[in-house]
Amino acid sequence: MLGATHSEMSEPPAPLSLAALETLTRMLYHMKLHRAIEDRLEVVYRQGKLAGPVFVGRGQEAIGVASATLLGQGDVIFPSHRDLGAFLVRGMKTESVFLQYFGRRDGPMRGRDGNMHMGDWKLGIGAFVSHMADTIPVAAGVALAFKVRRQENVVLCYFGDGASSRGDWHEGLNIAAIMRLPVVYLCVNNQYAYSTPLDKQMAVASVAERAAGYGMPVESVDGNDAMAVYSSTQRAIARARGGEGPSFIECWTYRMTGHGSHDDASYVPDAFFEEGKKKDPIRRFSELLQDSDVISGAEAAAMDERILVEVEEGLRKGEAGALPEGPEGLLGVYADSEESKA
Amino acid sequence: MCTPIPRSRKHELSAISSQLLAASFQPRPLSCGSGYCNPCASLQPTAGNRLPPDSRLPTHDSPLITYLEAIRQALQEEMRRDPNVLLIGEDIGVLGGAFKVTEGLQQEFGEDRVIDMPIAEAGFTGLAVGASMMGLRPVVEFQFSDFISCAFDQITNVAAKTHYRMGVPVPIVFRAPTGGGFNGGPFHSQCTEMYFVPTPGLKIVAPATASDAKGLLKSSIRDDNPVLFLEHKHLYRRIKEEMPDDDHVVPLGKAATRCEGDQLTILTYGAMVHICLDAVSRLENGRGIVDVVDLRTLVPLDKETILESVKKTGKVLIVHEDNKTGGFAGELTALIVEEAFEFLDGPIRRVTAPDTPVPFSPPLEAFHLPNADDVARAARSLLEY
Repeated sequence: MLGATHSEMSEPPAPLSLAALETLTRMLYHMKLHRAIEDRLEVVYRQGKLAGPVFVGRGQEAIGVASATLLGQGDVIFPSHRDLGAFLVRGMKTESVFLQYFGRRDGPMRGRDGNMHMGDWKLGIGAFVSHMADTIPVAAGVALAFKVRRQENVVLCYFGDGASSRGDWHEGLNIAAIMRLPVVYLCVNNQYAYSTPLDKQMAVASVAERAAGYGMPVESVDGNDAMAVYSSTQRAIARARGGEGPSFIECWTYRMTGHGSHDDASYVPDAFFEEGKKKDPIRRFSELLQDSDVISGAEAAAMDERILVEVEEGLRKGEAGALPEGPEGLLGVYADSEESKA
Repeated sequence: MCTPIPRSRKHELSAISSQLLAASFQPRPLSCGSGYCNPCASLQPTAGNRLPPDSRLPTHDSPLITYLEAIRQALQEEMRRDPNVLLIGEDIGVLGGAFKVTEGLQQEFGEDRVIDMPIAEAGFTGLAVGASMMGLRPVVEFQFSDFISCAFDQITNVAAKTHYRMGVPVPIVFRAPTGGGFNGGPFHSQCTEMYFVPTPGLKIVAPATASDAKGLLKSSIRDDNPVLFLEHKHLYRRIKEEMPDDDHVVPLGKAATRCEGDQLTILTYGAMVHICLDAVSRLENGRGIVDVVDLRTLVPLDKETILESVKKTGKVLIVHEDNKTGGFAGELTALIVEEAFEFLDGPIRRVTAPDTPVPFSPPLEAFHLPNADDVARAARSLLEY
């Protein structure tokens, strides 16, 4: 369909169903919302209103959004710290993101953890752990529960190129492959682990080469092409639901910022940013949808307006949320604590 | 051409476990007290204060159950009771575990519930965390507690913090065969509790008797938190007792006073409980003099029983097999000084291993591990203080 080139199409494509149009429009909306929330967070950060740093996925929005769009009820994601779009697709509200960043009591982590370390198990979102690749085997464990219970659910687990150098990554992939667990590993390869470029992280040319060694289907895609990510993930999810075990997708992309809001990324050559800018996933996807008459230019502009309003509203609610009292930090260490009984 | 020599941990293990399983080595005498200070006749399965070196698993008809068999019974009964309980670890299926704790369980419960893992402690610990977040109740076996260090991050950062961060329970038991006494050397004999005691979110259990091994393991499996279960491998086949009943459950956080007295409190746990009882039996007029408090669980800690005993006796000796510096004795000392200082009639003393790795050679290891003479000497000095 949309991802195919003209030369591949022997016949004019069939008209898209209403559901497909709705899905594509929603994908664009979530990609734009992802960027708009983080743009606003960076401003708030520079205003000195946040207790901690901001980690954004600017330029990487297609990956989390396109992949998570394929999920259904009961599926689980373990996003990394630049995959806000996946959170939004799975139902995390804009105001929850701001409550989280502001350390508010009603944020998803109730102030106990900050920024992108957020999850919401009711939405099937596991919270990111700073120790890179820690969620790789954990995602396999959730998939094990699906397998044991004969549920046709899947887990999507996101991580960066940097995580693939840690032992837990290798152990987790190996176990998932041995046990043929229904999990899809999505590598958001933005080519930098903080300041360290790929060639100083691995002697092989791609993370996919590492993954292939564990015996699972591996695909490499343009991570800035939403439809390429969508199609690849669709295949992987079908294999997982069909009992064929885990898959690995390497989504090549560009980190269009520093590691965090505190990092000016002066170590990244200008050419890298220029290249990434040319391949901006939101602009490309928006043009694709407009060229395909999925949405009009006016509708795209209206979407931007709506998102701006949503972000301002989310920011207002986030900032207005109550801070926790200090002693609330004593609660919830154990599952049989007073809080859990409430 | 050289033939490649597989260099797996299993090679190392086979040498050690064959020693261990044959039980042909000379064990340090693990004894139980007598008379008044015999806390429970069940600790005293055989004549004398020394268990036969070839003590084997009891037959099914035997009313006496070893510590190892008690652990297996707990696993088996919990797996029969709750289909969410599953076992994860290295060589636990076909082999039945390096120590044979899980022998027969894969035959009964199948490969889906007794799952053999590659040598990837971090990986299968993370696997257990994910499974437990979905409501399964994995029991993870570390072949030796020493190897738990490979999973340190998964235990302390993922398992221990998930409920605090997300409000999602992580009901896992990490079974870790702990301790020395069998010439296992620096990598098969360590006490690992103090890697974990300071991490909020974990519970830490150290059973000293067979019935506690069973009852505490059952409680651990039913607990909604990650529980580190430090089963002492030196006790596996050395102690036997009758099991109270079919569903014997011992609550976490309740210490057991193994022997009562009013002049000295000995605080201890794990295999050292037996060393302390032996020491008490060597004291003149030991009867009625010494409280031996078996902590049973380090987290949660039964502060009430500890402080009650200290307030009664006014003198405290703390005994553990772990190294001295940063050992649990330091924490107990701080607790007593903070909450019962006025009741003390003497210094708090410690008998522990010295601050060295656990050495291999028999005389080196014998020197390293606290023994009943060390404990009796320290007890006398405090009684005379």
